[in-house]
Amino acid sequence: MFRSHVMICGGTGCTSSGSDRVAEAFEAEIVTAGLENEVKVIRTGCFGLCALGPIVVIYPEGTFYSMVKPEDVAEIVSEHLLKGRPVLRLLYNETVAEDNSIKSLDETSFYKKQKRIALRNCGVINPENIEEYIAFDGYAALGKALTEMTPDQVIQTVLDSGLRGRGGGGFPTGRKWQLACADRGKVEKYVCCNADEGDPGAFMDRSVLEGDPHCVIEAMAIAGYAIGADQGYVYVRAEYPIAVNRLSTAIKQAREYGLLGKNIFGTDFSFDIDIKLGAGAFVCGEETALMTSIEGMRGEPRPRPPFPAKKGLFGRPTILNNVETYANIPQIILKGADWFRSMGTEKSPGTKVFALGGKIKHTGLVEVPMGTTLREIVEEIGGGIPGGKKFKAAQTGGPSGGCIPASLIDTPIDYDNLMAIGSMMGSGGLIVMDEDTCMVDIAKFFLEFTVDESCGKCTPCRVGTKRLLELLEKITSGNGTMRDLERIEELAQFIKENSLCGLGQTAPNPVLSTLQYFRDEYLAHIQDKRCPAGVCKALLTYKIDPDKCRGCTLCARACPAGAINGSVRNPHNIDTLKCVKCGACMETCRFGAISKG
Amino acid sequence: MRHFSTVPFSGTPEQEAQLRGWLEENKDLPGVVMPALQKAQEIYGYLPIEVQRILADALGKPLAEIYGVATFYSQFSLSPKGKYRISVCLGTACYVKGSGKLYEKLQEKLGIGGGECTPDGKFSLDACRCVGACGLAPVLMINDEVYGRLTVDDLDDILAKYAD
Repeated sequence: MFRSHVMICGGTGCTSSGSDRVAEAFEAEIVTAGLENEVKVIRTGCFGLCALGPIVVIYPEGTFYSMVKPEDVAEIVSEHLLKGRPVLRLLYNETVAEDNSIKSLDETSFYKKQKRIALRNCGVINPENIEEYIAFDGYAALGKALTEMTPDQVIQTVLDSGLRGRGGGGFPTGRKWQLACADRGKVEKYVCCNADEGDPGAFMDRSVLEGDPHCVIEAMAIAGYAIGADQGYVYVRAEYPIAVNRLSTAIKQAREYGLLGKNIFGTDFSFDIDIKLGAGAFVCGEETALMTSIEGMRGEPRPRPPFPAKKGLFGRPTILNNVETYANIPQIILKGADWFRSMGTEKSPGTKVFALGGKIKHTGLVEVPMGTTLREIVEEIGGGIPGGKKFKAAQTGGPSGGCIPASLIDTPIDYDNLMAIGSMMGSGGLIVMDEDTCMVDIAKFFLEFTVDESCGKCTPCRVGTKRLLELLEKITSGNGTMRDLERIEELAQFIKENSLCGLGQTAPNPVLSTLQYFRDEYLAHIQDKRCPAGVCKALLTYKIDPDKCRGCTLCARACPAGAINGSVRNPHNIDTLKCVKCGACMETCRFGAISKG
Repeated sequence: MRHFSTVPFSGTPEQEAQLRGWLEENKDLPGVVMPALQKAQEIYGYLPIEVQRILADALGKPLAEIYGVATFYSQFSLSPKGKYRISVCLGTACYVKGSGKLYEKLQEKLGIGGGECTPDGKFSLDACRCVGACGLAPVLMINDEVYGRLTVDDLDDILAKYAD
């Protein structure tokens, strides 16, 4: 028994901020202090508050240290672990009350409104130790399903829970399983897991795999039992090395414990899982494309029907769910459909994990009940926007989604509400934008992404998105006309209606939603030849305010184009014909005399 | 993406033996082409046409199929990368926080465009889509090291670490 446990986040976010070196320092200092038999160091999955990483939590007290550096470790060991005095200066400031007493994490604004189901074990257990997972009810759901439930009862429970796919469209998971359950035992079937998190800005699936890989394995085995499959594949991004390693370790351990393989729990059910590495193609998030990619080919989608439930991987009936969806399954089996339905909204029960990013204080992962408003997520949990700037929009659904303007910040977030306002849930990336973000530029950014990632199989997507991007480039370079706006709308509609797969069908969404809510910005670009956020270079002009300029000549020396002239101690000015709009002058000016607009 | 490399192929017989050994062992794996390309890239660092020919030959598949898969996925590179591979994240979270400026500045500092390699073979520069460290945006990676919460002013210090 250890009297204290030091939990250090080993997720990608904290590892990138140096948590490995912090963990090594702890291990060394603990030995120096002679505490190696009393204190244990554990590398966990993500705590969620990536902005403040590396994060260290010490149990049993639950003390939450943030932004810990290797050089802080000696102090934590000698003060906290030896003398029992937490190091106040390193504590997450929201956990320190005015009288210097320490508050529980659940009382902080970041965690107060969260409800963790998919992330329940992340940051709590050692993901590389199957026994810790088992100690937290791990594999109990699989045991229950195999020994107390029929496959149909399992499907019914998932159906009753109302769980919807967490990876994009929100299709009812139970329904998907039901469609694939015919001919159990007669034909070969597959259970696939989509861990090819392609939406830039979303990283919840990676965090689940890094922090709690066994829950995905357990859920896939349950799905295999439900539809009558004995082989599973996890398709995971090769760019997620930590996740791939932890998942491989977990699969190996599950095999050793007889939780994967032949005759699981002494029943006649057998199931095994293999990992397939993706190689960087956004379109492989689409189910048929993902399956073609597992087959080792170019990841191009194919028309449906036939649906994968009838003819999927290697031509066999297949179900495909994403990581977060699976992460909910064991708890639903254990606690029942009614428990799951007690959270969230009528049509979208349960919780959703969001990856908060962009212009927001607490960037990281949060899991909240469906129906939580955008305002609660951004202002309360996310801590608002840094630098006193104004909230302009939140982008959800990545390149398939749209922007939610400030006027709709009180919308309760669930699948249907997001659809209704022209965005979508997607996998749960939530990027906050402030007044410095140009919405036309953002639409262009997403289009560049889809043009790049379009697989090229169908013309509306391959050619259509390219033409759409060219129209946007025309606008951001100051050559747009009002007729272009009409063309954009026509073309967008055409691409939506005629593309083969989800990538093309949703590609125009970022353009359409910004056009719907931020039309005035498009008009400013077209009619006034002005970019209100000061982003689109071609529309910017830099000016020197002669009253503020002291004639220090710094800007003239910084200008790479020699566009600034003026003599020492006299106000300078910029030759707009020579100016390349690099902004170097503005960065160097110490008197705030240079402005752009 | 550049499909042909101007750098002459310099694979060794040992590398070829290693690759052929792996292919021999795994050729019956369902969907073997992608893992084979991943293995080949691990061995050679990139996938020149010579290496694709080895794959086609050992797997009994047309070169066109190997080439088709190799050019479809962004992870596979048909031209060699620098000793230090810089990838700037242009995912949404990083872009909103100004990673586009980092990318531009690096092109200017290194004198190369995106997807290119410096003539001395030291640095190559690519844009990538989300390394999943969005909490630290904007980020860039040099080989496997991640640098986060960056501004353009940090770039000189970072590049200086790779001066050797």
